[in-house]
Amino acid sequence: MSALLYLIPIALFMGGLGLAAFIWTVKSGQYDDMEGAARRILLDDDEDEDPPLEHR
Amino acid sequence: MSVSDTLEVGPGCPSGLEPAADAGVIDPAPFVRRLRDGAAQLELSIYGAKCGGCISKIEGGLSKLPGVENARLNLSTGKLAVSWRGEIIKPRDIAQTISDLGYRAAPFDPQAAEREQDEEGKFLLRCMAVAGFAMANVMLLSVAVWAGLDGEMGPGTRMMMHWISGTIAIPAALFAGRPFFRSAWSALKNGKANMDVPISLAVFLALGISIYETLNHGRHAYFDAAVMLLFFLLIGRWLDHRLRARAREAAQSLLALQATTASRFTANGLLEAVSAKDIAPGDRLLLSPGDRAPVNGVVESGASEVDVSLVTGESAPEKMNAGDTLYSGVLNLSSRLIMRATARAEDSLIADLTRLIETGEQGKSKYVRLADRAAALYVPVVHTLALATLLGWLFIGDATLRVAVMNAVAVLIITCPCALGLAAPAVQVVATGRLFKEGVLVKSGDALERLAEVDAIVFDKTGTLTLGRMRLANLDDISHEILMQAASLARASRHPLARAVVAAAGAGQLAEDVHDAPGYGVEGVIDGEKARFGRADWVGVKSDGANAASEAWFKRGDDAAVRFEFADSLRTDTAETIAALQSEGVVSEMLTGDRPAPAARIAERAGLSAWRANMTPTDKIARLTALRDKGVKAAMVGDGLNDAPALAAAHASLSPGTAADASQAAADFVFQGDSLAPVLTAFEVSKKARARVLENFKFAAFYNICAIPLAVFGFVTPLIAALAMSGSSVIVIANALRLKTGNASS
Repeated sequence: MSALLYLIPIALFMGGLGLAAFIWTVKSGQYDDMEGAARRILLDDDEDEDPPLEHR
Repeated sequence: MSVSDTLEVGPGCPSGLEPAADAGVIDPAPFVRRLRDGAAQLELSIYGAKCGGCISKIEGGLSKLPGVENARLNLSTGKLAVSWRGEIIKPRDIAQTISDLGYRAAPFDPQAAEREQDEEGKFLLRCMAVAGFAMANVMLLSVAVWAGLDGEMGPGTRMMMHWISGTIAIPAALFAGRPFFRSAWSALKNGKANMDVPISLAVFLALGISIYETLNHGRHAYFDAAVMLLFFLLIGRWLDHRLRARAREAAQSLLALQATTASRFTANGLLEAVSAKDIAPGDRLLLSPGDRAPVNGVVESGASEVDVSLVTGESAPEKMNAGDTLYSGVLNLSSRLIMRATARAEDSLIADLTRLIETGEQGKSKYVRLADRAAALYVPVVHTLALATLLGWLFIGDATLRVAVMNAVAVLIITCPCALGLAAPAVQVVATGRLFKEGVLVKSGDALERLAEVDAIVFDKTGTLTLGRMRLANLDDISHEILMQAASLARASRHPLARAVVAAAGAGQLAEDVHDAPGYGVEGVIDGEKARFGRADWVGVKSDGANAASEAWFKRGDDAAVRFEFADSLRTDTAETIAALQSEGVVSEMLTGDRPAPAARIAERAGLSAWRANMTPTDKIARLTALRDKGVKAAMVGDGLNDAPALAAAHASLSPGTAADASQAAADFVFQGDSLAPVLTAFEVSKKARARVLENFKFAAFYNICAIPLAVFGFVTPLIAALAMSGSSVIVIANALRLKTGNASS
């Protein structure tokens, strides 16, 4: 049972990491344009000599 | 596809979902914001951007302008943010570039843009994430406790598990429960009870009793139930919020329509760009071809053809001379006009219509949604049951206060409306997604509920039953050569008849030396000979003049003149759609601002027996009110700005994607394409969605009937509560997903 003493903190830490990452994505506006994000992935910016800057 | 490739294909959305816009260019200079570091920023609403190609086209095109640092288009909201440095480019160049690419841009009031940030949605997402994290981790510990309940786990370890669960669940529940606590508190302050009252009560009591049990080395703690409850409810809350946010966005785009700019003459005769709301009566304004009149006014000088379809709904343009009245929103087509403003923007026609629309929207907001109706029945029942359980165990069962409270809390937890909170939003999200795939945009969840209740549909004529644009009717009688020659002249004009010829001929050359003769036609030189395309008397043909609005003549040199005939055609499936609606028990009716004779013709071909002509916007509202007073719930389908108030006042409303912005904003549904069938599809999917929501409610009721006796008599352990809660939520969502695969379009 003593394994619990370090396994539970590890589980909580990893879960907390996921939570922090998710809250960061909300804060940085990554859900503001779900439709645009889905389409942008298909665009070939690299062929353009002057790609549009990403400001976020 | 690189940016340079996309620039070479035609203007407008490369996917073909939306035709290229051909409105004029506004000067957004009054809306530019200066940032602290010296850069300039402009926010524009872009109309017509529908696909990924549009993103690269617009962002790529703007990035090529000198000085532009950043251009980013939000495809979901249609907002474009551009920032640049230096004075090399002017705000007008940006608007011009967007217009050249085939999109329409309207400046966006920066104050409105600040409000646009969806704080509430982000708040709900954060709460949901925290509740989800807590649920997963507490469940991890709870499962271990449940597995070890028969003696494998010592009381010491179990208490440690309970304490760890508590340290996670208590702060998480207090954080994630805020949306419910707030709403419950404000309801209680007003002496009312909503669904959030039993939710908040259940969360607090579950936490309280769990702390008490943990302190007293009890076997059961409900920490997992408290956070699980919040997680499921927050999913429903967030889905619902997203549907509502879309409706709010639509209302804001109507406000953006008013934030237009105009070119005003200063005292010394120079032109300046001003925001429409700064125009005072008496100002002299320049109206170039392609501009919309920003305020009501009179023509001071010049003569031009003006598209007044925003006001009357009819597509044939009117000729305006000095002294004629212009309403705000009318579109100047052929040549420059100088107008004198007679009203401020807030007293002009668009503002009047906006007020009428707002009145209609308020009427709609009185609609009580199905979920709220269910909650009104549900809340008192749950409270009474929990109280009865407490008193019953205390006085009849002769139990201790601890057991009585435990069982009362179990009733609150098990009846907590997880399934009820998900029942409507889950179905509406699936239905909305499905309609979107079929080319129908749904603006709010309750629009689906309202459309499903409809038993009559009122149609506008021009642009709704018909396509709303003139098409060349006698294409077979005209030789290809003549058509191409006429089109080479017509390309220089914005007149609807000229546009129809260009549409029939396709891409091609422009004739030499072409110029527009407003009110008459177009003139130019083809193969060294003078050619004219336009009105009969101007071209030199005798005509009775009765069909002036639907015919044009082409004559080159001394050749014989050729007659071009135009007609507005019915949407191909109008009659079928109306017949299908009839067979579903929905009565159709046509209201039009047009004269009785053409109205009768269209009504007959569409298979409509009920129609009224010469209707003003207020007449249309009066007719809808009359129907409502008779107990008929009527939906309105219309496209003109003159229909917008009626769209807002109707029980539910639809408008085609070609409709005026205000009408699209006022309508609950916007459908794309040249067919009328989406009206039928939207109705059928709405009816199916309503059936699913009711099924979900029935299931939730059934679940409660089974679960409540268990809770009342004290058989509900935390394990049973967790199984029941997640099980019912999953079943409700699975039932909603059935809508995705059903065949409603058949």
